[in-house]
Amino acid sequence: MVAVTLPGALQRLFPGAPRRVEVAAATVAEAIDGLDARWPGMRDRICDSTPAIRRHINVFVDGERAALDTPLRPASALIVLTAISGG
Amino acid sequence: MATRVLVLLGTKKGAFILETDPDRRSWELRGPYCETWPMNHVIGDPATGAIYGAGGNEWFGPAVWRSTDLGATWSHSSAGLAYAAGEEPIKSVWSLAPGKGALYAGVQPAGLFRSDDAGETWRHLSGLRDHPTRPEWQAGGAGLILHSLVRDPGDDRKLWVAISAAGVFHSADGGETWEPRNRGTRADFNPEDQRYPEFGQCVHCLVMAPGMPDRLYQQNHCGMYRSDDGARTWQSIEAGLPSSFGFPAAAHPRDPGTLYLLPLNGDSAGRYVPDGKAAVWRTRDGGATWQDQRDGLPQKNVFFGVLRQAMATDPLDKAGVYFGTSTGAVYASRDEGDSWQCVAEHLPTVLSVETMVVEA
Repeated sequence: MVAVTLPGALQRLFPGAPRRVEVAAATVAEAIDGLDARWPGMRDRICDSTPAIRRHINVFVDGERAALDTPLRPASALIVLTAISGG
Repeated sequence: MATRVLVLLGTKKGAFILETDPDRRSWELRGPYCETWPMNHVIGDPATGAIYGAGGNEWFGPAVWRSTDLGATWSHSSAGLAYAAGEEPIKSVWSLAPGKGALYAGVQPAGLFRSDDAGETWRHLSGLRDHPTRPEWQAGGAGLILHSLVRDPGDDRKLWVAISAAGVFHSADGGETWEPRNRGTRADFNPEDQRYPEFGQCVHCLVMAPGMPDRLYQQNHCGMYRSDDGARTWQSIEAGLPSSFGFPAAAHPRDPGTLYLLPLNGDSAGRYVPDGKAAVWRTRDGGATWQDQRDGLPQKNVFFGVLRQAMATDPLDKAGVYFGTSTGAVYASRDEGDSWQCVAEHLPTVLSVETMVVEA
């Protein structure tokens, strides 16, 4: 199972979503699909319709910045972060 | 049961609600809501009592928020609120309008969506996206935004939208097909021999007169206009106003001849209220004559602007009039604009003002 860490700002949009969650996935896209299945709408908050990870969201896999097609190992750590943005 | 008067505010950092009773003398502020997202337009649907918020967040993208308990709790959705894969994604939702059982949303980049389940899911009305003039549309300062959504209350197939800076478009078939309706409105930013194009005008705000669905008013980047034929032709109504530039327009709830505007000092002069003095300008005769309303408004060293969706009226008798400023203040009139009071200040930049009166 892949260990996913969600940012607090995303958790607040989906009441009940924990800071850390485990999903079965072979790619980042599949991991986000797993999140969306548990919290409908979460994919739209992380990804745009290109489809791509949103410009001001960063996803890291095992310490490396990742894209939707980045492969995951069974014990990968996937971290979703809100990037610097706003004013 | 008590009558509750709500003034719904979209701001750069969240939605807020000002609440009062029909006397409209004492106000309470609630918020911020919607996780402090930029909220371009917050509306109430008087048929259901629901409040909807249109916005977009740099991190999380566009969504329509909904509250069914007058703001106490909110949910959000953007299911279906997307263009096809590979196209430029939607950045933000800019405008909302309730219809008969429907909810319409205008987005950036400009397009129109419809929900038939109170904002849970959306479908694209692709006629605007596929319009043959679209490749020539140019974005305004805020982007290519569909900011005004007007529907005929007696005929749900008839819609008008305003897009900066593509102009006014009309649909007679519920949004499937569209035609530009800009005849008579200027585009001063074009070469001299191209000042009255078929489309491409920088319309800032479009509103419908009450009880007269063929009468529309618009505040344009280049003038103020009235149409009495469903936007087929437009007549200038800017004579008597201090400038031809401004953003908002607000129709009276019952009198089709009364309109409120808030002209600014010009597009290249700071876009403040003229002469550093705040005034709402009111016509009672469809724009033939104008009166400046200043009682209670600051008259010295005023350098705020008021954005396109940031002025509204309420349906009470006498009608209330409201506007929110770029400096985070909200002014209210309980007597159709004759006198004003500041009812909130120190808010984020106010992006939209709407009203809803409910029995609750």
